[in-house]
Amino acid sequence: MATQLDTSGKRLLGLGTGVIFGALLQHGRLARYDMIHDQLRLRDGSVIKAMGTAVAVGAVGLQLLDGAGLAKTEVKPMKVGGVVAGSILFGAGLAVLGYCPGTSVAAVGDGRRDALAGVLGMLAGAAAFVALYPKLASAIDAGGDYGKITLPTLTSTKRSRWVAGLATGALTATVANEVVQRARVRR
Amino acid sequence: MKREGKPRLELSRSPYVVGAGLGVLNALAFATAGRGLGITTAFESTAAIAERRLAPDALHINAYLQERDEPPRIDWETFLVAGVLAGSYLAATLAREPATPPVPAQWERRFGPSRNKRYAAAAAGGAVMMLGARMAKGCTSGHGLTGSTQLAVSSLVFTPLMFATGMLVTRLLYGKEPS
Repeated sequence: MATQLDTSGKRLLGLGTGVIFGALLQHGRLARYDMIHDQLRLRDGSVIKAMGTAVAVGAVGLQLLDGAGLAKTEVKPMKVGGVVAGSILFGAGLAVLGYCPGTSVAAVGDGRRDALAGVLGMLAGAAAFVALYPKLASAIDAGGDYGKITLPTLTSTKRSRWVAGLATGALTATVANEVVQRARVRR
Repeated sequence: MKREGKPRLELSRSPYVVGAGLGVLNALAFATAGRGLGITTAFESTAAIAERRLAPDALHINAYLQERDEPPRIDWETFLVAGVLAGSYLAATLAREPATPPVPAQWERRFGPSRNKRYAAAAAGGAVMMLGARMAKGCTSGHGLTGSTQLAVSSLVFTPLMFATGMLVTRLLYGKEPS
């Protein structure tokens, strides 16, 4: 019974987190083909700006929470074949679909039917992955498995230093970009 | 930063503000659920559960299940995906967003107004994208946001390589920028 409650509590938590996630994607106009397409053509930088800010803010938040012993992390392994082949397939699919997985689901919430076709394709892709898994495994493992490495573990440096560097870099890039943009608009 | 002479009553849509919100949400997810935002694991688990029901004795399913750390479950992340759908619907409804077109404007300019063509391409693109995401164990959320937040090497390789491929394929599909 206790585990049952725990499970439903976690599910409810996931649902609530998802609602905020979806609302942010929709409100930020990120769940749109045209927005993502313009990012891939470098005509608009909104997706990169949002992602960069999210990573910098998230890293600082995680550092603070982890320092207080309040967070658990989960690093994805560096399997060379899987990450390289996967990112190439992902990028190619993204270019055609025009939504990434999270924004596809959010776009369906906004009534976009092409995103619904994309989500159905995603389900088929996931089914194909499971069905083809024994064959895909050798491609994923090709090139070696470096395990759950991060920049701090790789360089034997404290994470706080990397996070401070990341936050400073993100803030500098943001300010510099905005100053240049404003100067251009004024001209 | 607000522009002068343009008072805004509505919530900011600035990518920096929205991004900061996503960052805070992700940090809170680590604190409350012990994991960050991610979408595609739920798709894989759902597919695995369905395939195991349909063909419990299939060799590939057993080989696949042995490789997994935990059995596939309907869990936090599955409900996260459902929440994304609901949250986007709520935000669009509250903001009274106009009805969305079946074919995106820029797609239509390049490939014409055919809905079936767009839906077929979207489904094919989604399938390839998901296959890639599961090979790399993450997507724009799982690697791009969550993995990068943890400074994971896998995510810092995946994210730029995925964007670069996306740019290249977009260029191949759409040709040179007319502007």
